[in-house]
Amino acid sequence: MTPVAIKSDTYALAGPRDYIVLLKPRVMSLVIFTALVGMAAAPGGLHPALAAISLLAIAVGAGASGALNMWWDADIDAVMARTASRPIPMRRVPRAEAAALGGFLTALSVALLALAANYLAAGLLAFTIFFYVVIYSMWLKRLTPQNIVIGGAAGALPPVIGWAAVSGTAPLEAWVLFAIIFIWTPPHFWALALFKKGDYARAGIPMMPVVKGARATRRQVFIYALVLVAASVAPFAIGMAGAFYIAAAAVLGAGFVWLAWRVLTAAETDRQPAMRLFRFSMIYLFGIFAALLFERLAGLHG
Amino acid sequence: MADRADMTGEALSPEEKTKRGQRNLAIALGLGVFVLLVFLVTILRLGGSVAERAF
Repeated sequence: MTPVAIKSDTYALAGPRDYIVLLKPRVMSLVIFTALVGMAAAPGGLHPALAAISLLAIAVGAGASGALNMWWDADIDAVMARTASRPIPMRRVPRAEAAALGGFLTALSVALLALAANYLAAGLLAFTIFFYVVIYSMWLKRLTPQNIVIGGAAGALPPVIGWAAVSGTAPLEAWVLFAIIFIWTPPHFWALALFKKGDYARAGIPMMPVVKGARATRRQVFIYALVLVAASVAPFAIGMAGAFYIAAAAVLGAGFVWLAWRVLTAAETDRQPAMRLFRFSMIYLFGIFAALLFERLAGLHG
Repeated sequence: MADRADMTGEALSPEEKTKRGQRNLAIALGLGVFVLLVFLVTILRLGGSVAERAF
């Protein structure tokens, strides 16, 4: 190693915050929230403190998969403007440490969930991390434009894990929550990919707009928006949600379909509608789950 | 963290030393929290059975 190379490394300057960034705190917060709704909606009498520890274990598991994703995708992150400032491309944290942290936290979170809740929940958490890291990051992400469609299963599982932690079961109701996030994922990421198309093309990621073009992607986004609205009716249809929820879902769904329509009909070069849909999609998912949670906590239904 | 000092014998700068201290503190806190959580889970899981032990 030459003295110049030694001088240029900044690894010794890494602080705790750099390692927390590896856990993708923003993704973590959505996982915590959806898992919490799964817990609140499930029948069962898990001690509140054990439920809180279970939720923490699910959050740490999500963080572990984030670290493993940053380990595996460091080459992609370095060339994409959106991710170039992550700790590995910035040479704050060595790749191997992200792998070690992710692997270690995977074992810790799954074991903690097994102790605090049950083996079904722990098994589902382990499967979620495996699916996100191996099936999505390692296999599908660089292979097919359906990458985020199938990979979305990992992001959709947290409410099922939460449900299983409290009740020890994973019935249809839990999978209805899964379905909403699963169908929400493609229009959410494709809206992002529509206005970050150059980034993905440069990194060689076969996102839908890169492979099939913007027009085909816009059509798909609109179709998924319609299916999403249909899926959002399911909790009401099977009796797990009431009038408050369906009213909120109708308003949010109308907004989603309207913005997806704007994406579909926008001028070829206009990126504004896709950006707006992307931002609203996060409000949408938060709103749907918040409505379920509020209805449950306020005792408006069931 | 493979400290440069380990490879070259070169001393760490004051800022690097501060960061190393922060990393060590974070690891210690993380470990402490994990131990505490396992203890809490054990007690909560055993519940009333703690008082009814046979010995």
